[in-house]
Amino acid sequence: MRTKTPFLVEILTAIALIAAPYVLPHLGFTPNTINRILIWGLFGLGFDILFGYTGLLSFGQSAFFGTGGMFAAYLLTQTSFNYVMASVFIGAAVAAAAGYLIGLIALRRTGIYFAMITVAIAEVFYFVEFNPLSDFTGGENGLPGVPKPSIFLGFTTLRFNTDFEVYTFLAFWYFIGLVLALRIVRSPVGAILSAIRDNPLRASALGHNIHSYKLTAFVVAAAYAGFAGGLLGLMQGFMPPDAFMFDTSGQLIMQTAIGGAGTLFGPLVGATVWLYLSDFFQNTLHLGATWKLVLGIVFVLLVCFLRRGIIGAIVDLYDLVTGKKVKETPEQAPMELGLTPEEDEQRRGVSEVAPEPAPSLPQRRATNDQSGPILQATGLTKNYGGVVANSDIDFTVNHGELRGIIGPNGAGKSTFFKMLTCEVPPSAGQILFDGRDITGMTVTDVCQLGLTKSYQINQLFNRLTVRDNVMIAALAEIRGKFKLDLFRNPNSIPGLTEQVDRTMALVNLTARADAPVSELAYGEKRRLEIGLALATSPSLLLLDEPLAGMSPAERAETVKLLKSISQGRTMIVIDHDMDALFELAERVTVLQEGRVLTEGTPDEIKSNKQVQDAYLGGVHGVIDA
Amino acid sequence: MISWGNFISQCFNGLVLGALLALISSGLTIIYGTLGVLNLAHGAMFMLGGYAGWVAFTYTGSFIVAVIAGSLFVMLVGIVMERGIIRYFYTRPHEDQLLVTFGLGIVFVEAVRFFFGSLSKMMPPPPGLGGIMNLGFMFYPTYRIALLGIIAVALLALFIVLYKTRIGMIVRAGIEDAVMVDSLGIDVYKIFMLVFGIGAMAAGFAGIVNAPVVSIAPDIGEAILVQTFVVVVIGGVGSFPGAILGGLIAGEIISITSMFNPGYAYVMLFVAMTLVLVLRPYGLLGTAGRE
Repeated sequence: MRTKTPFLVEILTAIALIAAPYVLPHLGFTPNTINRILIWGLFGLGFDILFGYTGLLSFGQSAFFGTGGMFAAYLLTQTSFNYVMASVFIGAAVAAAAGYLIGLIALRRTGIYFAMITVAIAEVFYFVEFNPLSDFTGGENGLPGVPKPSIFLGFTTLRFNTDFEVYTFLAFWYFIGLVLALRIVRSPVGAILSAIRDNPLRASALGHNIHSYKLTAFVVAAAYAGFAGGLLGLMQGFMPPDAFMFDTSGQLIMQTAIGGAGTLFGPLVGATVWLYLSDFFQNTLHLGATWKLVLGIVFVLLVCFLRRGIIGAIVDLYDLVTGKKVKETPEQAPMELGLTPEEDEQRRGVSEVAPEPAPSLPQRRATNDQSGPILQATGLTKNYGGVVANSDIDFTVNHGELRGIIGPNGAGKSTFFKMLTCEVPPSAGQILFDGRDITGMTVTDVCQLGLTKSYQINQLFNRLTVRDNVMIAALAEIRGKFKLDLFRNPNSIPGLTEQVDRTMALVNLTARADAPVSELAYGEKRRLEIGLALATSPSLLLLDEPLAGMSPAERAETVKLLKSISQGRTMIVIDHDMDALFELAERVTVLQEGRVLTEGTPDEIKSNKQVQDAYLGGVHGVIDA
Repeated sequence: MISWGNFISQCFNGLVLGALLALISSGLTIIYGTLGVLNLAHGAMFMLGGYAGWVAFTYTGSFIVAVIAGSLFVMLVGIVMERGIIRYFYTRPHEDQLLVTFGLGIVFVEAVRFFFGSLSKMMPPPPGLGGIMNLGFMFYPTYRIALLGIIAVALLALFIVLYKTRIGMIVRAGIEDAVMVDSLGIDVYKIFMLVFGIGAMAAGFAGIVNAPVVSIAPDIGEAILVQTFVVVVIGGVGSFPGAILGGLIAGEIISITSMFNPGYAYVMLFVAMTLVLVLRPYGLLGTAGRE
């Protein structure tokens, strides 16, 4: 949905909204159906931000749709409050508040737990509305007598009575909702939400507080739902209790999936198809209740074969016609069985062009003029049940140093890194970073302090472009771990574009800036992996096997890259490639069986008898160089 | 005022409902644990069991035949569903799995509505188990007591299959690590099919044996599915003992709250679920990492 012309999407939508009431009736749409489509479309804007962009599939949106609608209808019918739009906005605010509280609970878990919890919560709302609160909500009768839409402008009141007038009213609010939603998905927050969808682990490791961002998406979706619910009451002159029903959530999900999630327009397109078919089956074919069976079958077929919905299919068709390369949809779920794409590519390996020497990045809190230790770990121990991965490790790295860590497979190198970046808490011991005790902090906070890691197995945002990937990392440093700039244009953030461009130049990916990660070669992904860590401007950078899976030519180039990065930066590198590591590192620490075996300059390590025994004496596996 | 008799009989109702939820939830939880797919059509399996049993009963008049035929039918539906559709979704995102099983659930419900109409169907309790029984301290419907026994036997059978047979051992290993089971030379996909069949059958069986207590209608599965989710969240995903414990807790909460005000039954259930989520995020008997 990104275009070069500013406001192109907005303008096209406005034209479509103006044309719709003149075109659609000729296709067999009744005015009432058209108005309903807009309400579902508006409801879906928020849901798509939650599901399509953030990857959170909620089965409980009916709770907020109903809450917003009921609250507005209650204000308008049972109290003397008669400002129509104010009531709808208050309803939306109440729905958002409910979304905040529910989000606190539901977002404690992800994936299927999240889906199950939202189902349960929606059911609670339904029963509460029906029973304990029936004095306020009319129980199973709902609230009749909701006034027709009107907008009080101070000097005059605009009233919308006929179907066409109601259409203009709904189209206006749909348009506003769409413009806001577009701003949100194009904002830094929107970029981070997509990052959370693609790889929540990396998003939080880069210093974003993903829980707060998810909660934001949840509240936004609830507000949209509440607003749409309020409009439903106005449109019908009656607030039905079945807005709260599970079927409402189900219909929203199905419409979004039919239209295509992650496009903002999916729900609108899906609602158009859904409501049209439902009218067609019932009124033209006289299928009666069977229409739901037919729609259900259509839906299942669509999920099976058109996974990106109608809009996705149109985009693919367009690409096909215009001769663009039709690409596979990036696979999100790791394979249940067999190799992951990364592992698969590791076996192949692709040779790359040599990186040009690039300008180096600034690092935060210029600490490199200091001397003395930047990182001090004492007595670091990690047990997994009875297995001791690391035992009593003392480890100090000074400012500006380039330290190498080697050790046979299973020596505990990766566990050691995970403890340093606070991905796993140590069983015992203490970690001081820049004189501050970071033991027990979260990976997000540690990254914000300037300590981060590039992963042994690529952790990228696969559906996003190289530029967006780097931007998401850079945003963490520039904006901190949470900031609610929902409507800001990322291009207006000072320094962001420069930092992204510099990082891409440094890892030699400028030419690939607009390619989605799923299209990159393995070597390019590996460099982007390092680029993500670099873009957070760390003062201490850990690299977990940066050379893993590379061809000899790629290794030579990556070593060059690492050397250029290391200028004025503190780095710790784990690798199995001894030659490369001895060339790079000033000092090398050897781990064996979870302990520090020895430490010294590369030459000392090479001639160390213990090290030779550890590797060649056959105590443990082989070196997979 | 609530009398002791009323209270005890509600506790009994809770026990029966709890056992029923335990059986359905264990089906859901072993499917999820092994295949990694949350079957949103699980409630529909419960409903299908009831209808299949009812059809068999109308033709034969035998409760036993109804139970056997219904269970086998739902198992078959489960296997066909797994072979025909679900297995293509193992490598697709969780969201797609949810969407497709959700859609299948609707198709099942609407298909039943198409063939049998929306009106509910009654199935009489088997001969000799009708009427009520004097337990000394209260009167209680005989069939509900029998139902408790029937479900206990079914759960025991499931337990024996899962914990005392080689197949069960493979299934439990599959819950821990399906990739490893596959690497050991066991055709894990065959196991997946079997687990899906057994899991569906657990729900279908529950649907039939419950039919003499609550009349069947096309949409009875929906409420059951929601309750099952709460059970699984409370007990812990992928845990058979967790499903039983969670089922009993949920059953008692629903029944005892209903005694005061049925409208709050779900609220209390939800409060319990929230407490568990806050205090033990992976469920009472769950293990971290099964998500």
